[in-house]
Amino acid sequence: MRNAACIDRRDFVKSLGGGILVVVHLPMTSVLSPSEEEQRRQRGYPEDINAYLHIAEDGSVTLYSGKIEMGQGVATSLTQEAAEELGVALDAIHIIMGDTDTCPRDMGTFGSLTTRMFGPAVRAAAAQARLVLTDLAAQRLGVPRASLVVENGVVYVTSDRSRTVSYGELARGEQITHTVDERAVLRAVEEFTVMGRSPKRLDGIEKVTGQAQFAGDIRRPGMLYARILRPPAHGATLTRVETAAAQAMPGITVVNEDGLVAVLAADPEAAETALALVEAEFDVPAPTVDTERIFDHIVRAVPEPETAEQGGDLEAGRRQCTQTFEATYYNSYVAHAPMEPHAAVAEITDGRATVWSSTQAPFSQQSTIARAIGFQPEAVRVITPYVGGGFGGKVPGQQAVEAARLAKITRKPVQVSWTRGEEFFYDTFRPAAVMQVTSGIDIEGRILLWDYHVYGAGSRGSGVFYDIPNRSVRVSGEWGRAPDGMHPFAVGAWRAPAANSNRFAAEQQIDMMASAADMDPLAFRLRNTTDERMIAVLEAVAEASEWKPAVAPRRRGRGRGLACGIDAETYVALVAEVTADPMTGVVRVERVVCAQDMGLVVNPDGARMQMEGCIAMGLGYVFSEEVRFEGGRILDTNFDTYGLPRFSWMPAIETVLVANDDLPPKGGGEPAIINMGAVVANAVFDATGARVYRLPMTPERVRAAIGG
Amino acid sequence: MPDTIRFTLNGTPVNLETDADRTLLWVLRTDLERTGTKYGCGLGICGSCTVVVNGRPVHACQIDLEFVQGKEVTTIEGLAQDGMLHPIQQAFHEHGAFQCGYCTPGMIMNAYALLLENPRPTREQIVAGMERHLCRCGAHKRIVEAIEEARHA
Repeated sequence: MRNAACIDRRDFVKSLGGGILVVVHLPMTSVLSPSEEEQRRQRGYPEDINAYLHIAEDGSVTLYSGKIEMGQGVATSLTQEAAEELGVALDAIHIIMGDTDTCPRDMGTFGSLTTRMFGPAVRAAAAQARLVLTDLAAQRLGVPRASLVVENGVVYVTSDRSRTVSYGELARGEQITHTVDERAVLRAVEEFTVMGRSPKRLDGIEKVTGQAQFAGDIRRPGMLYARILRPPAHGATLTRVETAAAQAMPGITVVNEDGLVAVLAADPEAAETALALVEAEFDVPAPTVDTERIFDHIVRAVPEPETAEQGGDLEAGRRQCTQTFEATYYNSYVAHAPMEPHAAVAEITDGRATVWSSTQAPFSQQSTIARAIGFQPEAVRVITPYVGGGFGGKVPGQQAVEAARLAKITRKPVQVSWTRGEEFFYDTFRPAAVMQVTSGIDIEGRILLWDYHVYGAGSRGSGVFYDIPNRSVRVSGEWGRAPDGMHPFAVGAWRAPAANSNRFAAEQQIDMMASAADMDPLAFRLRNTTDERMIAVLEAVAEASEWKPAVAPRRRGRGRGLACGIDAETYVALVAEVTADPMTGVVRVERVVCAQDMGLVVNPDGARMQMEGCIAMGLGYVFSEEVRFEGGRILDTNFDTYGLPRFSWMPAIETVLVANDDLPPKGGGEPAIINMGAVVANAVFDATGARVYRLPMTPERVRAAIGG
Repeated sequence: MPDTIRFTLNGTPVNLETDADRTLLWVLRTDLERTGTKYGCGLGICGSCTVVVNGRPVHACQIDLEFVQGKEVTTIEGLAQDGMLHPIQQAFHEHGAFQCGYCTPGMIMNAYALLLENPRPTREQIVAGMERHLCRCGAHKRIVEAIEEARHA
């Protein structure tokens, strides 16, 4: 593997021509938390992080990124990091993302890892390039390097600014490949001129003019659009298929090979018409679970739990408590529902496949595609255009495999673009989950007991950051390694996987104890944590939201909630203000304030966009999003019944970035969404006195909670 | 037997010999190579495919060529003039009123039609006017702010 990568790289260097190429390897362990490192090893992800930065002979700078852009704004923030360290203007750098032929191998764009993991490699590469270039400049100008200064890609002699040489002039005639194995000296926060600022997004012009290309926008000469026969339910088997009528349509190609039944045409509508003419019969197994029965099933289907955390003595803790609390929380399956359904275009020429794919993981798709069509991985190139939203749902790459198989069979370029129905059917849903919690406090409102068991979701977000002497966290069924039969269809990572489920339960349980202790929810949390970063975000959100101490519930139809958590090494606290109508069960979120400590912030406005996006997206799983099903049959297949958040739902949103420049950048894409369930539920409790234990909190469930 | 379809696309006459019952969205995206207009749901409920026909926003996934016969169709590719962004595009860019960018053409075209009909909408009117458009990344706040700014342009 390692050798193959080296060979690739040699070809790549040759293809660049002259100039200066800096290649960086950093050990991934330097940026991953222990639990993330454990996951990395379990999944077999690579051990190092690579970044390539090239300064061509004309002075143009290209940053090669294995990470991709799916809306999170990293095309901009990574370019900022490179520009800062290299000493060039932002617009002097071109970034190429997710092209397996030219970009460094990468495990995938997920886990809020781009800024905290790939960012350091980019900065190191750019800082090293600056060193190489200033060394060359020192030779050229006959002065020591220390007497030089760089501005906008031009090296000046500090004492005589008429003596200059540009990066382009320095790179001309050079063919230097520089490999960095350790961190170069980076610029300090006080020196920043590009990082820490909020330039307009580099993908903005393309995206507001319709020029931005997504996978489904790729056109190749002679390309056919494919529509594929799908089963009515997961677990169904095809028993009979008759394609003659479709075959008889002019311009239609029919494929029926190894279970892949597809019709292809030069016009996607013609393919659609032809698919309707394919007669098929399936055996559909009788459903044994459905939207309501799934929770009992998940609890029954569990393997032995894994202990994620253990401390003290639960029984002793229980005896010391003056009050104990038992509750069970639930959440249903949730779809990723990116606005762009999965799409791919595959073309095979001269024994080499090129696949344009809507994916978060181009390198793993390269291997998957290669296996599926019997090619060597080097003979498959995956190119990632702009991705229209991922949220964890665009990792497996089924559509790219389908396109590649069909391209191989038909010997034509093929586009596979899923319909919305296919998107809902093949989505790797956020798993349904059950969280059982027993906790207890003493007379002074100190938490002495925390006995937590999560089924179906996984461990992320279940860590105990309150100072609880007697605690146990058990996890049955990690989302990535769920036992067979636990879920009736595929599940996967959904923006901060497992954390949304775990925080929904944990932060409601905390709130429940605060109320029983007759304490203000903020004061209760502060009494039970000594973690300085947590205290800082709690105090910041309290200040920004003008929090006044009060004990919940106040039962005034209006209420406020508080919730906090840690995700991707970022600390986050939110306050939500709601109105709740006890007659209808309709809850409206009027205001959300979110404070976040994410370490050094590369692009503050970009960070705020992610926080706002988390809050807006989170309202969906809070109020309406729930994939209904009967066995393997998915009942929600479009947005008519699967309700996404809408403009009228939007609260006033305020975001606070808690300064922590001494800490390297932490994750930003996911943390702010993890507490949306609890923060709204806690506000509903304050408004009505009723606890809602199940997500989504539909009006019926809220009304039932109030009535009961 | 193909039909003759004539309409104006972004100010340029279009003349197609094809079936009049073909869907505008797919004709735009294939024959006419205007891929800025996106497929999102196929049912006219997400707004990603919104184009403007004779000043009104329509879902291109729900209308056939017969509907646009003799009409003026504007797509996202037709808003910028002489390399200058339309004020709505400029406002979306300035406010970062997009993330993944997939719903953005539909959002902008609907906002464009909204401001054609009502050049000074209130915030409530903007929210009501955008209500049927879905954005999964959660750029709603900035989209409203961008349209508020564009209404003054």
